[in-house]
Amino acid sequence: MLDLVQLAAQSAGELQSGLTAVGRGIVYGGAAIGPGIGIGIVVGNAITAMARQPEAAGTVRTTMFLGIAFTEALALFGFVLSFIISG
Amino acid sequence: MTILGIDFPPITHLTRWPDIFFKDTPYAINKTVLIYFAAVAITLVFFFAAARRRALVPSGTQNVAESSVEFVRESIILQTIGPEGMGYLPFLTTMFFFIFIVNIFEILPFIQFPGNARIAVPLLLAILVWFIFNIVGIKRQGFFGYMKSSLIPPGVPKAILPLMVLIEFVSTFFVRPFSLAIRLFANMLAGHLILVTFAILSSSIFGAAALLKIGATFPFALLVALTAFEILVAGLQAFIFAILTAVYIGLAMHPEH
Repeated sequence: MLDLVQLAAQSAGELQSGLTAVGRGIVYGGAAIGPGIGIGIVVGNAITAMARQPEAAGTVRTTMFLGIAFTEALALFGFVLSFIISG
Repeated sequence: MTILGIDFPPITHLTRWPDIFFKDTPYAINKTVLIYFAAVAITLVFFFAAARRRALVPSGTQNVAESSVEFVRESIILQTIGPEGMGYLPFLTTMFFFIFIVNIFEILPFIQFPGNARIAVPLLLAILVWFIFNIVGIKRQGFFGYMKSSLIPPGVPKAILPLMVLIEFVSTFFVRPFSLAIRLFANMLAGHLILVTFAILSSSIFGAAALLKIGATFPFALLVALTAFEILVAGLQAFIFAILTAVYIGLAMHPEH
């Protein structure tokens, strides 16, 4: 254990850049969970709606893209944030 | 940085281009700026060429231009603003085409960089949209009417009204333009990065020992598939930018009751 602490103290720069990389991964991974589920719900319900009323498919598709765009924005914030994080 | 023995360039290397003209001045021109110039020129030339010799039975350029205007009218304006939004047809069509052409440079051989992977112009377009929908809202409903309709959602209990006003204020006047810009920028940057990743992967596996060369088939096949996917993304992002603009203008024009 003491060896590990000494090692960490010796290579503080490396540790920091490694932790930065881990942090970036966590930020983007965490940001992608919610929108992933959300887009699934949006598209799934849109398909149900199109299957029930094929004549309304045009309107449903437009609204579906809108819903995807709003949901996806959160994941993209995480994507951008992961680049902003610097060690 | 090196991952699994493969050299990946740092991200600044992929998006920051050296200046070509007017070096070391604020007006320096690099590849991104040239892509924007080309996109403006292509949009202008395309629509002027389409409108110059108008025939009753359209063909060639005129055909493409007419069907794209029709597309913007039918599936963007009529779906969101309604017939009274026809005045925004030229603006939305131009914006759709400009963004699409800038995006499509992502997959054109030898250029292969989407101009929108730098945030400057998406941000400028988003700020432009912000001014337009606010001015339309204030013109249509008056300043206080517009504030009331955009800040106070109908049917909210009095007790949580201050909280709702705060949330609506942030989401209408800050998150809207910000997310509009980020959505376009991050989608194009992500697409560019993923294409670069698979291109580097295929080229470095192909540069390996003889038997391993076969392994380059898989990343290369994926690269081709992703390039096709990026064509879809380029069109979809231009469409989403235009339709969200129309939605915001529509909300400012006739508020929900």
